[in-house]
Amino acid sequence: MASNKYIVGLFDHEDKLIQAIRACKKENVEITDALTPFPVHGLEDELGYQDTRLHTTGFMFGITGTFVALSVMTWIMTTNYPINFGGKPNFALPSFIPITFELTVLFASVGMVMVYCIRNGLFPGAVPRILDERITDDRFALSFEVDENTTQEHMDKIVSLLKGNGAVEVSAKEFTEDTEIFEVETTEVEGSSSAPKPKSSRKKKDASEDDSKSKS
Amino acid sequence: MSHYESPIREPLIQGENITYTKITDDIVGTTEKAPPLSWWIGFLISATCAGIGVVAILWTIWQGIGTWGLNKTVNWAWDITNFVWWVGIGHAGTLISAVLLLFRQKWRTGINRAAEAMTIFAVICAGLFPLIHMGRLWMGFFIFPYPNTRGPLWVNFNSPLLWDVFAISTYLTVSLLFWYSGLMPDFATIRDRAKGKVRKFIYNALSFGWTGTAKQWQRFESLSLILAGLATPLVLSVHTIVSFDFATSVIPGWHTTIFPPYFVAGAIFSGFAMVETLMIITRKVLKLENYITVGHIESMNKIIVLTGSIVGVAYITELVIAWYSGYLYEQYAFANRATGEYWWAYAIMMTCNVITPQLYWIKKFRRNIALTFILSIFVNIGMWFERFVIIVTSLHNDFLPSSWLYFLQSPVDVAIYIGTLGIFMTLFLLFARAFPVIAIAEVKSIYSISSAEARKHQLEKHKKFEEDYKESFGAEYAKKDVYDTNY
Repeated sequence: MASNKYIVGLFDHEDKLIQAIRACKKENVEITDALTPFPVHGLEDELGYQDTRLHTTGFMFGITGTFVALSVMTWIMTTNYPINFGGKPNFALPSFIPITFELTVLFASVGMVMVYCIRNGLFPGAVPRILDERITDDRFALSFEVDENTTQEHMDKIVSLLKGNGAVEVSAKEFTEDTEIFEVETTEVEGSSSAPKPKSSRKKKDASEDDSKSKS
Repeated sequence: MSHYESPIREPLIQGENITYTKITDDIVGTTEKAPPLSWWIGFLISATCAGIGVVAILWTIWQGIGTWGLNKTVNWAWDITNFVWWVGIGHAGTLISAVLLLFRQKWRTGINRAAEAMTIFAVICAGLFPLIHMGRLWMGFFIFPYPNTRGPLWVNFNSPLLWDVFAISTYLTVSLLFWYSGLMPDFATIRDRAKGKVRKFIYNALSFGWTGTAKQWQRFESLSLILAGLATPLVLSVHTIVSFDFATSVIPGWHTTIFPPYFVAGAIFSGFAMVETLMIITRKVLKLENYITVGHIESMNKIIVLTGSIVGVAYITELVIAWYSGYLYEQYAFANRATGEYWWAYAIMMTCNVITPQLYWIKKFRRNIALTFILSIFVNIGMWFERFVIIVTSLHNDFLPSSWLYFLQSPVDVAIYIGTLGIFMTLFLLFARAFPVIAIAEVKSIYSISSAEARKHQLEKHKKFEEDYKESFGAEYAKKDVYDTNY
């Protein structure tokens, strides 16, 4: 069971995020995840992710479609239901091509989207852990999972790394209940040396309101 | 950044002080406010039209297709015309999102979402016509091959009409998947801004619990690229197969090998015209002029002039080949098409599809929004008449002069057509209310390379470079060289 606590650093530009990732890698601090409002090119390389194998899946599904279409049509037209169309061949490969093509595309697309959803944990009614509500708006986040075994020293290091690389906000998040989507406790981390201690049990919403007030 | 774009290029995101938050506000804002009066008026009119259509469809199913204007020789008319017209319109969405993605055309980001939605709604409207034309709608499942107790009685896999079943249903499915996979991140944006619990719950369900982790985005990018790669030949195959409905028959005027490319070009042509019609209204009503810019409209107009010219060449080729064939009946079919009883339909088709779009060779006209709007409607009309001309003129004077008839539509024909327009517009208006009309994440991804704001920074950089250059090499070289440099 994964931990419920995270240290989250928010950045206001994708370049700063990448800069922070590089700094973390240099310091050997393990990043749990990077979250962005849009696909940032090169982010997965910075994080050292493997190339996705989704395209291979697409090919496998596609070739299955080709095989299914060709074999079923051949079986029906030559064996199960052969009809004499003015003496034309029952195995009329050219006229099987359009449907074979369509089914190849259909199988590949449907299969790939299914795998995509399963691997990403996407389904209607999924309960996501929303680290910050502005991640889908204008914030680029780095999250670090922490648990009871994480030393204070390590947490301080994370916080100082984030602050030192231009994070506009660093906070500790604790997810209280797994089933509740939006219940998250946020504690803002003040100085670069102070550890994420829960100051008050404010809800996420209040925190972001405070932030917007202070900005304006 | 990911790639360099020259600062003298027109930015794709216009407007001062645009930030990531401003983009979110502008696009999501339309789903949060109460709809404007113009939306309600539009919705009322569309829903009324849709209602008329539903009544006409029910009447057709109750009474049979004898309620249509079909006669002894013209046994397909408005139904197949509308079917092909709607399928054609349904081509622009996938073309914009898939083909332009493969060609790395960044301007698609402003319009792809709405164009894909339009595609899906158009294909739904198209799909209605074969279903109604069956007469016994409840037997519709007979078109699918499945082991059955009727024999086993299988469908004929050699028939282009069956290929159509597969092509259209595959196209609808793939377009829907492509559209929805792009919508998930944007639904998550709406969810995270939502105030009420119910709204949050609904949009969370719609977003499938999207959070935007790096791995999700990596898979997202891979999925969109592969789906684009699959959808590109698919979109070409669909209208090719639709054209096979005619081209594989032996009717003079239909039995031509030019049909597949000619239909595909026509489909792209009419699809882009419909996108323009809708986007010009949408950008105005929803105040999205910063994201759907005149530059976007100009780019679409360029595609319209290209595909319109291809269609024009196809019309002329058809005539020339008919003459060159030396085959009397083929020659008659085309002479009758252009100068016979339906000369007026041919003239409308030629004017709207070939002549008026040629205005777009001139830049001033390409960038004129009012003119574009009028011409886009012209193209829609012209493309409807193209199908009408192909179908009706080839049929009405058939092999026996004694059965020659002039086709006249019945009020039910007209009502069903208006009905599908109503269904289409109703769906589109609902989409514009509840869904993000512009792909938020994709627009944000081009923000730092192609927005007016980014241009400012680029120009500052260039100015600095120009000054440095002047100092080192003298003023006479600076102006000339500076913009050639990837600085």
